[in-house]
Amino acid sequence: MEVGVGLPTTTPGADGTGILEWARRADQGPFASLGVLDRMVYRSVEPFAALSAAAAVTTRARLVTMVVIGPLRNTALLAKQAASLDLLSGGRLTLGLAIGARTDDYRALGVDPGGRGRRLGEQLAELRELWEKGEVGPEPVQPGGPTLLAGGLSGEAFARMARGADGYVHGGGPPRAFAGAAARAWAAWRDLERPGRPQLWGQGYFALGDADAGGAYLRDYYAFTGPFASKVAAGNLSSGRAVKDFVRGYEDAGCDHLVLLPTVSDPAQLDRLADVLG
Amino acid sequence: MRIGVLGGGPAGLYFALLAKRADPAHEITVVERNAPDATFGWGVVFSEETLGALRDADYPSYVEITDTFARWSAIDVVYGGRTVRSGGHVFSAIARRRLLEILQGRCREVGVELAFQREATDLDAFADRDLVVAADGVNSTARRLLARHLRPTQDVHRSKFIWFGSDLPLDAFTFVFRTTEHGMFQVHAYPFDADTSTFIVECTEGTWRAAGLDQAGEPESIAFCQDLFAPELDGHKLLSNRSLWISFVTVRCRSWHHGNVVLLGDAAHTAHFTIGSGTKLAMEDAVALGQALQRHPAALEAAFTDYELERQPVVERFQEAARDSATWFENVRRYDGFDPVQFACNLLTRSGRIGHLELTRRDPGFAATVDRRFAGRPERLVAPPPLFAPLGQRALTLANRVALAAGAADDASDGRLAGAAAGRLAAAAAAGAGVVVSELVAVAPDGRVTPGTPGLWADDQAGPWAEAARELAAHGSALALRLGHAGRRGATRPRRTGVDRPLPDGGWPLLAASAIPYTPASAVPKAADAGDLERVTGQFAAGARRAADAGVQVLMCDLAHGYLLGGFLSPLANRRDDELGGSLEGRLRFPLRVLDAVRAAWPDDRPLWAVLTVTDWAPGGLAPEEAVAAARALAAHGCDLIQVTAGQTTAVTRPDYGRLHLVGWSDMVRNDAGVPTMAGGGLTTADEVNTVLAAGRADLCLLDPRTYAGA
Repeated sequence: MEVGVGLPTTTPGADGTGILEWARRADQGPFASLGVLDRMVYRSVEPFAALSAAAAVTTRARLVTMVVIGPLRNTALLAKQAASLDLLSGGRLTLGLAIGARTDDYRALGVDPGGRGRRLGEQLAELRELWEKGEVGPEPVQPGGPTLLAGGLSGEAFARMARGADGYVHGGGPPRAFAGAAARAWAAWRDLERPGRPQLWGQGYFALGDADAGGAYLRDYYAFTGPFASKVAAGNLSSGRAVKDFVRGYEDAGCDHLVLLPTVSDPAQLDRLADVLG
Repeated sequence: MRIGVLGGGPAGLYFALLAKRADPAHEITVVERNAPDATFGWGVVFSEETLGALRDADYPSYVEITDTFARWSAIDVVYGGRTVRSGGHVFSAIARRRLLEILQGRCREVGVELAFQREATDLDAFADRDLVVAADGVNSTARRLLARHLRPTQDVHRSKFIWFGSDLPLDAFTFVFRTTEHGMFQVHAYPFDADTSTFIVECTEGTWRAAGLDQAGEPESIAFCQDLFAPELDGHKLLSNRSLWISFVTVRCRSWHHGNVVLLGDAAHTAHFTIGSGTKLAMEDAVALGQALQRHPAALEAAFTDYELERQPVVERFQEAARDSATWFENVRRYDGFDPVQFACNLLTRSGRIGHLELTRRDPGFAATVDRRFAGRPERLVAPPPLFAPLGQRALTLANRVALAAGAADDASDGRLAGAAAGRLAAAAAAGAGVVVSELVAVAPDGRVTPGTPGLWADDQAGPWAEAARELAAHGSALALRLGHAGRRGATRPRRTGVDRPLPDGGWPLLAASAIPYTPASAVPKAADAGDLERVTGQFAAGARRAADAGVQVLMCDLAHGYLLGGFLSPLANRRDDELGGSLEGRLRFPLRVLDAVRAAWPDDRPLWAVLTVTDWAPGGLAPEEAVAAARALAAHGCDLIQVTAGQTTAVTRPDYGRLHLVGWSDMVRNDAGVPTMAGGGLTTADEVNTVLAAGRADLCLLDPRTYAGA
């Protein structure tokens, strides 16, 4: 299993300098990837803008959206943004897509949230088509386009993933929850007779030695879920031991690539996390 | 803290006791609407695991509880005139009334205030409390008042049950199944002290009405049940305590707390009584909440979150198992005619919590009996586990009950099987499969899924299959060649980057039952006319002949996956108004015509199987009873075994990819239609395979290992 780290694009206090500093240091550290989240109605940095900036100051780490809310976006524009980022980063983009959990994000863009699952399924197929046809350039560096992941927990979501993506991206939770989702991803993949195997990506939140600050951010970020926000906050990994147990749990559950997302913006977190991961 | 506890059942009392013990400064009042000695229900059951938690939480009450326990380790299944006993299960039970006495006594000892016969219709009485614990049962007032925040749902089960006591002394958890002219009745009975037992009678709503029990009062219901179960009661009486026929309600809540109010036990969640876990879960909740409050002494919200994070996953697992268990009893008529030992095995493994391995651990003798009878060698001391019991199909005997799919890589050229594909087949055989299922083999060039789909439409394509059949036989395996026509799912790109992506140049014209494209991007297929259908029928027969001549051991006919034949079966894909559409009989007509042609071309002594979609996983699709009828029809036309699949009739579905998701469907087809089946759907371990086989839910298992040489 590879372990990556998130960029502080949704956490309080991150500015342009801080995000770039974070990206640079992560790229020099032991991290396999840099991940970003997507949220419209929030004080967060737009994911493609953030990853483009990160691409400019890094050479090694994969750049991954965990996830971008596909149906919020025009598919052709999304294809062009992703192809551009893939080109700018030398083929380092992994594009994770899902439908998101907030309808206010849809309202803010004047997009009807109804049927968004179905639209995401169509988008997966259309993105491939656009990248392969090449009319809407540029030509991605990765042959056939960036690696595509799809998320979600419904049966439809797993079928959609197996139908049109290269793998599954989980939305977070304890290793047991990931294992359950991974089993469904495998079942869907085999059911649709896809050759090979699905890539399995997981994520978790951390703030080493700074649990309270991270907790406040998570309760705010997930406030729309009501009491669930406290549960997400309770899952914030705040000790080295918690991170190690979590990483081991994900590895045992068959995760290929785990991205640990920061809940505070202090770049010192990278060193602490690197120490823990050894 | 000032703590108010609403409800003086086991959960409320136990929580009050633990909280007071943890901090004697807490001021705790339990408010109960009934009198101290009023109680409903008879005995309650605990597992060993729960007892451990109770011992650690409060030793004095643990000693008192276990002193009066009835303990036993056997389960008796009375079915078909025979009693099958299995051991090693270890249960404990106690009279609910006695449990309450003990807990009330302990509460008084430690200084909890108990207020009986006080009805709380709102939470105003608790306005001065720092913490309100709502343990007020399945009809919780607190849950109703806070519904907006807790988001409760209530599912009412269809079966009817009535909760009696009996002076019948039992030494086992006892299930009794009795078939009557009105339908099946079943008893769930267990002892809870030396001379009293809980005795629950359950039946489907239809049976209940047919027997006139919807019109029966308490005395009539007692008389009816006493009469029906006279042989088991053996002169003993059923005891009533306001016993009425009711339907079980499964309660679920999104959240178990709001503000300073938190739910415990049945108020927050219920799980169907057939897995007997209500009191156990409630008391474990009390322990968990008490501990969470100790961990977060100054922060209720953090404690509640901690409590929910610990308990909700456990409760969800029990609710899932309880749902499977309840469904099992609703469908129990399906197993009429089962061997009593296999019936018992099916019953014991119904909720997925116990498998073949666990049964073997609990009672090796019973498991050996199961294995011997499964292998058809009851007289032998040594018998293989079900996975290794050979399966006879016409003149063929499969060495074991595991099938592996060789998978598709779309690597054939002009329909000729690639060397790599033959290698995948051989690898699956070398891995130990009793039978290896091939990817789709097209009966015609326009029946291919992708340009790389192998075919059997020309004589020169048969060679690699003959070699594969020989090689698999040399491994002690057999080749099941899946013959089909992709229909409207044809002419797509190789599936490495996704499925149902049309070829860029359009590929070849598609054929289907009706002219409906598979996805919005797919080409519109031609609705097959009489000439097309005659041609396709001939192509299937020719393919079968080539497979026979190549020495292929098993032929499978693909009536699934939304391909041509599967499309005819489903009302979602077949909108024809001729004799090949409409009713199930019409929709089956063409697939059966093909099956007849294939059966005629395929040697009598070799098995013919079908892959059948039993649910479309989409609204308006094939109904379960239609799937059963279709399976029966296929068997009547010479099909020897059905591989049960689901979905893919249409591109957008609502699939269930849960644990062993096809096993329940296989059970339905096998036991409602009386046709041997192969089940897949995420079976990954030998124990799962042994369990499915031993219980009679399938005859053959498609193992889905994460990695093996062929995958």
